[in-house]
Amino acid sequence: MAKQYETVIGLEVHVELATKTKIFCSCSTEFGGAPNTHTCPVCTGMPGSLPVLNKQVVEYALSVGLAANCKINQYCKFDRKNYFYPDNPQNYQISQLYLPICHDGYVEIDTPSGKKKIGIHEIHMEEDAGKLIHDEWEDCSLVDYNRSGVPLIEIVSEPDMRSADEVIAYLEKLRMMIQYLGASDCKLQEGSMRADVNLSVRELGTEKFGTRTEMKNLNSFKAIARAIEGERARQIELLEEGKSVIQETRRWDDNKEYSYAMRSKEDAKDYRYFPDPDLPPVLISDEWIERIKNAMPEFQPERQARYVEQYGLPVYDAGIITGSKKLADLFEVTSSICGKPKKVANWLMGETLRLLKENGQEPEDLKFSPEHLAALIDLADSGAVNNQVAKEVFEKVFSEDVDPLKYVEEHGLKTVNDTGLLEETARRVIEQNPGPVEQYRSGKEKVLGFLVGQVMKEMKGKANPAMAGDLLKKLLK
Amino acid sequence: MEIMNMTAVQLSAAIREGRVTVRDAVAATIDAIKSREESIHAFLLVDEEKAFKKAEEVQKRIDAGELTGPLCGVPIAIKDNICTKGMKTTCASKILYNFVPTYTAEAVQRLEDAGAIVIGKTNMDEFAMGSTTETSAYGVTRNPWNTDHVPGGSSGGSCAAVAAGEVLCALGSDTGGSIRQPSSFCGVTGMKPTYGTVSRYGLIAYGSSLDQIGPVAKDVTDCAAILQTIASYDKKDATSMKREDYDFMSALKADVSDLKIGIPNSYFGDGLDPQVKASILSAAEVLKSLGAEVEFFDLDLVEYAIPAYYVIASAEASSNLERFDGVKYGYRASEYEGLHDMYKKSRSEGFGPEVKRRIMLGSFVLSSGYYDAYYLKALRTKALIKEEFNKAFEKYDMILSPAAPSTAPRLGESLSDPIQMYLGDIYTVSVNLAGLPGITVPCGIDDKGLPIGMQLIGDCFAEKKLLRAAYTYEQARGAFPMPKKEEA
Repeated sequence: MAKQYETVIGLEVHVELATKTKIFCSCSTEFGGAPNTHTCPVCTGMPGSLPVLNKQVVEYALSVGLAANCKINQYCKFDRKNYFYPDNPQNYQISQLYLPICHDGYVEIDTPSGKKKIGIHEIHMEEDAGKLIHDEWEDCSLVDYNRSGVPLIEIVSEPDMRSADEVIAYLEKLRMMIQYLGASDCKLQEGSMRADVNLSVRELGTEKFGTRTEMKNLNSFKAIARAIEGERARQIELLEEGKSVIQETRRWDDNKEYSYAMRSKEDAKDYRYFPDPDLPPVLISDEWIERIKNAMPEFQPERQARYVEQYGLPVYDAGIITGSKKLADLFEVTSSICGKPKKVANWLMGETLRLLKENGQEPEDLKFSPEHLAALIDLADSGAVNNQVAKEVFEKVFSEDVDPLKYVEEHGLKTVNDTGLLEETARRVIEQNPGPVEQYRSGKEKVLGFLVGQVMKEMKGKANPAMAGDLLKKLLK
Repeated sequence: MEIMNMTAVQLSAAIREGRVTVRDAVAATIDAIKSREESIHAFLLVDEEKAFKKAEEVQKRIDAGELTGPLCGVPIAIKDNICTKGMKTTCASKILYNFVPTYTAEAVQRLEDAGAIVIGKTNMDEFAMGSTTETSAYGVTRNPWNTDHVPGGSSGGSCAAVAAGEVLCALGSDTGGSIRQPSSFCGVTGMKPTYGTVSRYGLIAYGSSLDQIGPVAKDVTDCAAILQTIASYDKKDATSMKREDYDFMSALKADVSDLKIGIPNSYFGDGLDPQVKASILSAAEVLKSLGAEVEFFDLDLVEYAIPAYYVIASAEASSNLERFDGVKYGYRASEYEGLHDMYKKSRSEGFGPEVKRRIMLGSFVLSSGYYDAYYLKALRTKALIKEEFNKAFEKYDMILSPAAPSTAPRLGESLSDPIQMYLGDIYTVSVNLAGLPGITVPCGIDDKGLPIGMQLIGDCFAEKKLLRAAYTYEQARGAFPMPKKEEA
């Protein structure tokens, strides 16, 4: 009988915090910007410059730690991790090793066999590195320090996950939690949330962990799921062939669906960690912790329940909408403006998610205002525009946040309720389509739909289809 | 009085009273530098043009009544590990041979805001690592009292420049005695403030937890005036501290009758030169005769200060100096294959032997497997030493000690035996480990004609008491002679 294997997975998740300025200087953290424009002597590692901690970073790290049921090191310190690489201007990264801010917590995920706790080993604060750009043409490398010093937290889980599904559930849970806290937008594609996967396999029933590998470069949930399947298969194949897994860092290539060894961990790098003498210890008072606990927002599960209760949404719909804080906030504001929560939910779950998917975007990328969505819903509801036109207008709202009232006006998209014009058109359609008219009169009532379509076409979509149908019926009697 | 024979505070008063122009002050300083530099080599850079330009601006502001402080119009020299915008700052290292900072250190900025004029940058041991100024990549500085001798270090350039009368005052930095020891060797007054009193922003770090910028001058009054100007709480330095008492000049009163001064028995053992010992003890007698209570006491753990200091300072240095890699600024090797070879060659060629020795020592004590045995043990030792001082300050207002076990050694004697050189730091390093303030005041001359300095060590934030005691002693001592000029 073939051997049964169990996958053991632990995650290191880096989350870029939503502070306006960097962790140790007052440079902007804004994404984009011409290379090296969001920099100063501190984040470019100039001699004589000194780091000064941004308190908001501690605030966010604490809120994530408390939400993840962690214990807090009320006396915590920053350490220097020493290694030479040009993306790291000081050649050491300021991070936390000896006394990380949070430790020993958990988050709960839903699995087919019920709730499961995934342990959080620790959460620590650190600075991001710059970005290297390799110019193949000039055969040189350039460094952009705009990202250097952007605050990160690293959330290190225990090796408690056993499948890709559990990993995705854990990541989604983390992401929702952090988004609801406002600590980060957690966009995987832009790298504001990054996950490294530590994975090993062992024969089912054995206690000892197998040798693990660490996988990097995973920038979507799908890539993570594929990488886990791929790495599991690769390790099992090695073991089946009697070979052993090498402890190493591997880079996942999502196009080739295969991972490649990056550098061996066997000659384990010595980072010579030691407490950063430029930064005094961070002292976290009981009051500070209390204040953050008291300011905890309503998280996704509570909000989902409230939407079912308060707006009468189906549980499933409420789940989808609250799955993203951005979507949920949009839902609530739009509903309060137009007072039609079910319609708002339909627009968000239907057209909005469809367009996001089409554009390869995430709900956090949504740009349109709730006022404009509300206005569009009112327009459609009053029959001022028909459904087809409403969808077209929504695409404009989605992409450019246009004011639907103005847009409809300017483009003459209002439904024509001029019965004279409608009747004239209907008569012409009847005249021009003797065949279908004959069929209708002989009892094939379905043909009416075709005739309504012809009227709509003649009137360039601006007719009210219900009115056109009624009129045609009358004329064909 | 000739400008270069004044003190900084006297010169500024003369300028404010219109007896001397700022331009005259700068011109006299430039002339003095030109006449002495060939034999002393205290400076790495003198920016004549900029100084004269600044002189005009400052003169206008003085005339307009905008500048009234005790240093306005006074030319000052800055140790070359303190950043000056637009002015090369090399740390006396080849690796920073072309480094021009884009910003000015907070301490220098405060001096400039007060109307002082930066005249140039002074020589030092490379990255402040050394006790003689001989590890500079740009040649040795000579002791103005006898040019066959070293000026001490690492702020040897600043102390020699003041002693030689090239400039009235200077800034130095002190990580393990780098202001107090060369001040002793050069017969000038130098002070290391309480850790956190002067912003380190813009000071190129050697041992971050020990480094402090401080004044070097002809007398205690000038030191107080400079300290009063450069000390501040600075948000750009997280280790900077808010203090209540920045009016250090108000402490300059000749009165020690309420002070109790302790002299550690262990500081007067075998290694101490008998002439230095005699000189320090007679200074103690002077203080006693002025009304201070002076007594010997036991200060423990003295023998652990040097090993703890070299472990901690080197560990921090090994990390602080990683940024000098040839990528962003400074020296880059001309030929290399790939990134790591560039790092290796740039650093091998850019750093001198003493810096390499400390980087290696520091990397070793931080490496896994040795961290606990060396680095952590050194940190624990540091804490114990601090406790010993705390105990001492429960009984005494300050501690009196030598600043160095001998007077200035001859050039070339020290570097061949680094351990011996490190042992010379016995009286100064524990002050940095405990974050305390210390001041060196000249108190004698040995039979070779070299000056001897005494050191007063205070409890944290006790600068005012130190300045008062030093000032009182100075008044009783009378003017300390300047070295005879060997005219070029």
